This record gives sequence, structure tokens and C-alpha cells, in this order.
Amino acid sequence: MTEHTYLEALNLAMHEEFARDPGVVVFGEDVGGDKGGVFGATKGLAAAFGDQRVFNSPLGESGIAGLAIGLGLMGHHAIAEFQFADYILPAVNQIMSEAARMRYRTAGDWTAPIVFRTPYGGGVHGGFYHSQTTDKVFAGQPGLRIVTPSTVYDAKGLLKAAIRSEDPVLFYEHKRLYRSLKADIPDEDYVVPLDKAQVLQQGDDITVMAYGTMLQHALNAAKALQAEDISTEVVDLRTLYPLDQETILAAAKKTGKVLLISEDTKEASIINNVAAIIAEQALFDLDAPVQQLAGPLAPGMSYALEDEFLVSAEQVQAAMRELAQF
Amino acid sequence: MKTLAASKLGKDDLIATYRLIKLGRRLDERLWQLNRIGKVAFHISGQGSEVAQAAMIKAFNTKRDYFLPYYRDMTAAMGWGVTAEQIMAGSLGKAADPSSHGRQMPNHYGSVAHRIVSFGSTVTTQYLLATGVAYAALLDHKDYVTLVTTGEGSTAQGDFHEALNIASIKKLPVVFAIENNGYAISTPNREEFAVKQLAERGKAYNMPAEAVDGHDFTATYQAFAKAVSRAEKGKGPTLIEVMVDRLTGHSSDDNQNVYRSKEEMAALKENDNVPLFEKQLSEEKILTPAEIANIDAEIKEMVNQATQAAEKLPAPAAETLLDHVYA
Ligand SMILES: Cc1ncc(C[n+]2csc(CCOP(=O)(O)OP(=O)(O)O)c2C)c(N)n1
Ligand SMILES: [Mg+2]
Repeated sequence: MTEHTYLEALNLAMHEEFARDPGVVVFGEDVGGDKGGVFGATKGLAAAFGDQRVFNSPLGESGIAGLAIGLGLMGHHAIAEFQFADYILPAVNQIMSEAARMRYRTAGDWTAPIVFRTPYGGGVHGGFYHSQTTDKVFAGQPGLRIVTPSTVYDAKGLLKAAIRSEDPVLFYEHKRLYRSLKADIPDEDYVVPLDKAQVLQQGDDITVMAYGTMLQHALNAAKALQAEDISTEVVDLRTLYPLDQETILAAAKKTGKVLLISEDTKEASIINNVAAIIAEQALFDLDAPVQQLAGPLAPGMSYALEDEFLVSAEQVQAAMRELAQF
Repeated sequence: MKTLAASKLGKDDLIATYRLIKLGRRLDERLWQLNRIGKVAFHISGQGSEVAQAAMIKAFNTKRDYFLPYYRDMTAAMGWGVTAEQIMAGSLGKAADPSSHGRQMPNHYGSVAHRIVSFGSTVTTQYLLATGVAYAALLDHKDYVTLVTTGEGSTAQGDFHEALNIASIKKLPVVFAIENNGYAISTPNREEFAVKQLAERGKAYNMPAEAVDGHDFTATYQAFAKAVSRAEKGKGPTLIEVMVDRLTGHSSDDNQNVYRSKEEMAALKENDNVPLFEKQLSEEKILTPAEIANIDAEIKEMVNQATQAAEKLPAPAAETLLDHVYA
């Protein structure tokens, strides 16, 4: 076991997968050379593996995606980095029309095993266009997987699994967690499944499901609420599309009281899909209406009012207490 | 127009090319018939660019190279190895369709066995996919060249520009072809771009480019042969704009009489690339008119057989609906 940050775990995962599979490549804006990405996720890769496998792309996201998909068609497991999740939008057409549909539209003759990596989320004073959680844009595209690690362990294991996957995977990394999250993780090779949510903490009174910084809030609140004799089941959704219905339903039925949290705006969000699954399949096991705590319906995260926009640790704790008392 | 002899291709090669051109035309006509009698839901026609397509693919090593076509490239796809029966299987939505096994609309050509990459429908995405396919050749130290095509209206898409930029930066072994037939559905060239020829755009990416008359078999073949040789030598990409015609409506759902004049259509017919090629064949004494007629009869019989055989093929089974969503 060695202590690493979330960012270091991602970097390690890439180093190890590059060494394991000579077909793996990574590129994106400022990804190559000595810089290794604006957050440093790909630092050291160019020096270790050469500038043919690790390189700067020109500043065009559709191009980044299209180049990656073309490589995927030829059997390369390419990692395409989008500098911010906000800037994945120019690549939506390539990702949805080509990557997501390639396997199905050719009945398996052609495939696009790409990892689209991107930092998402607020809390870093990024304002409108460095704070968004654009994962919901891609949810509901069969053929694609969307995953996001919310622990250091998963940062490494989930990225390794994504790189090895034969499916196109959108890999969302919470930029607030890059350096704030630290933990001991195994030095040995391991992977984390791409289709399983994870129960991080067992509990009997309420169930909270979240990912990213909201999950950190939930874990902290769960600890604090123990003092009030509230026992919380905490689920890391982790695989945002397709969702792990089995784990979601089991955790919902276990306590009958469910709080879903997202830092994204509530409408059409990932947690809406979770709520729909529970409403459809577990309604009679519930003791309270499913609660959704999410960002306000504003078109962007205000630079000055970021704290007001973001769901806070206090709000999470209050919502959990309220649900427990329902 | 250059002579066919100037292509330096042998007689057998030129006759094989003629058979391909004629097959492209006769199969296309059959697909229109099947559409009009309700057996094929949709058809998008390559009539007017058969010679250009045959000349283009002749420059490639179709046993080695990769091809990312667009929906008008039926003749080119057959030149790359796809059979008439396989094309027909696609149009009839049969499981044996090598493009998509009956999943996509007709004319979205592809075949993994022939290194023809699946074509979607959102125009010009294939230009970027081609950069990835070509980059893989560098990574894997393979010597294949990648050909990708699109229509001229589709060059207005950003993907066109991103692809040329990437390919030029990375000196990729790829040939970008534009089949300029004057129209994007009903929108004429002058409303799609403000340059005289799209080949001028090569300059913007420091990429050799030329425009060539697609009715001129030899000139088209030579332009592509030069591009392939550049790619093989590691000199990077080439852009070729092939001037062709669209003799039919955009698709089986379009009536071009609405937006093209009688005079324009009459001139198109005068300039039909297939009879022009036949004229060259007989003037250069490669084939006599009688031999041409014999070949045509054979091709018609081939089309009949392909139609009958494909009609007997099974449709995809209902229980395959959810196959291949994920690995
Ligand atoms: C992104 C996108 N927009 C619109 C369409 C609908 N569409 C299909 S073909 C076409 C015209 C294309 O014209 P051009 O590129 O000149 O090719 P041509 O059909 O003339 O060969 C249009 C608008 C599409 N398929 N994809
Ligand atoms: Mg056109």
C-alpha cells in the first residue's frame, strides 16, 4: 500500500496500462511533452513512452474524439483527454453518432474501445465553463458507458478497467478531488468493474446515493449523524450509465428512505434516472418520497456565487436528518 | 480528356474497370426499380460518378488499404471487393449485409472483411475517423494508405477542417477525396462555399491538393495514384476534388426537377460519364461496340442473379435486436 492522491492514482493507472499494452495512446490539448495536461494527469507519460503515443492534439475536440475513434477501429485503446468536461460539447457528435453506435450499427464488426477522460465539477472558482457536470448529456446513449471514480482506489482501478474495456467509456474525473483526496491504495495491479455501484458504508435508517464531491459530503454527514443515532447506507453510484440497478434497488429497499445528491442541476440529471428506477421498481418498499438534492436551475455556475450554487455540506446533512425523521 | 492509353493501365485492367463502371450503373438502376415497386425503402444514387469512383479506387491497393466511403460510393465499394449481391443484401435489409447486417439504411457501405470502415450518416464524421485509421498505420508500422470520401456540401462541416489540419500536422498517409457533384440536395455550390474550387483549401493546411474532372478517367486515376505514392513515401496527405455529376435526384425521396432547369438536366445527360467512357473504349479500340454490348448483357444478368440471390437471404432474426450493444 502506498498513499496517493486521486490525480496520482489516475497517472499511475495510465503508466501501468501503457507499459502493459503497447497499443495504448493518449492525447488531447497540452497532454504531451513535459507539461502532461493542465492538471498534470498525463505527466511523465511522454518522457516514458515517447511522443508518438503521448502527444498534444490541436485545439479541436471533435478532432480529438474522431482521431481516437479511428484508432479504436484499428484496435488501439486510445485515451482522449478533454481539458474540461465543459469542452466535450464540440465532440458530442463524434462520441454519440460514431463511438456509441459503432458496435451496434455493424453488429460487432467494428468497435471503438476509447476512453474519453475529462475533469468535471465545481468548487474551484471555475465559473460557467470550468465547472459543469456534462455527464447527463451522454446518459441514455446505449453503447456508451459513463463512469466516475470518487475514491482514490477507484481512480486507479476504474481507469485501468476503462482502458481495457472494449466499449467506449466516458471517464469523468472530479477536478476538486484531484489533489484533495488522498488514500493508501494497493501497489499491485487491480481493476474495478465498469458496471457496479459500490456501497461505501452500511446503514439502516436512510440511504444516500451520490458521486464526486457530493459523496464526500454524504460520507462526512453520515459520520456526524451517528452522534444522533442515524445510521446511513452510503452508495457511490460510480457507474453513471448504464446504472447498476441491482445495487441501487437493494440499497433503496434496505432502508426505505432514499436521498439522491448531485451537484448538477436537478432536471434531466443522472439522479433523475436513479429516482425513476426506484419509483418503478421499489415504490412499495419505500417509507418516504425519494428526495433529490441538486444544483439550482441556473444555466451556469456563478463565479462569485459559487457557494450559493453548489449543494453544501450543511444542506446535505440537513437533508439526511430530515429524511431520517420523516 | 486524356486517352485511356495514357493511364498506362493494361487492356485487361481497363476492361475490368469498364465492367465495374457498368455494374455500378446497372445495379443502381435496379435499385431505383426496386425502390419504385416498394421492395427497397430508400436509394441514394451514384449515377454520374461511376467513372470517377472506378478511377479513384484503381489507384489503391484494395487488398492492403483502408477505405472510408460515403453513401454515393457503391461503385467504389464494389471496386474494393464488395459484391453486387452484398450491396443488394444491404438495400434489402438482410442479415448478410456486410455494412451493418441490416441495421442501417441502404447505401451506408462498409465491410470489415474488405477494410471498408462503417459509414454513419452524419456527414463528414468519416474524415476524422480516417485520421485515426491513418495514425494507426504510423503507430503499427504498417504500410496501408487510407482513402476517405465525402460530398462537396459536407466540407462545410468543422470535421472536414479538423481532419485536414490533424492529417497535415501528423503527415498522415491519407487521401481526402471530395466528390463535387454541384449540389448538396438542392443547395448549389455557390451557397455552400465562396471559393472557386474546394481544392484551394489544401493551401490553408499546407497540403497538396488538386481538382480533377471525374469524367476524365486517366486524369482522375493519375491524381489519386500520385496521392497514394506520396502517402506511401511518408510525405503525408493529399486533397483531391473530383468534379462529377449527379444525374438523379439526391435520393429516392427527392425530385430534382424542382430546383434544376430542363436545360441543365439535358446538358447533364449529354455529358453522362458512362457512355463517354464507352466511346473512349471503342475509339481507342480497347473494345468493339459489339463487345461492349456483350459485356452489358453479362452485367445485366449479374444484376438479375444478385437480386434473386439477395431476395432469398434471411432478414436478421428478431431476437438479435439487442445484440452488440456492449462488448
Ligand atoms: C450532419 C448532417 N446534416 C445533414 C444531413 C442530411 N443530408 C444528407 S446528405 C446531405 C447533402 C450532402 O451533400 P454533399 O455533401 O454535396 O454530398 P452529395 O449528397 O451531393 O453527394 C444532407 C444535407 C446529414 N446526413 N448529416
Ligand atoms: Mg454534392
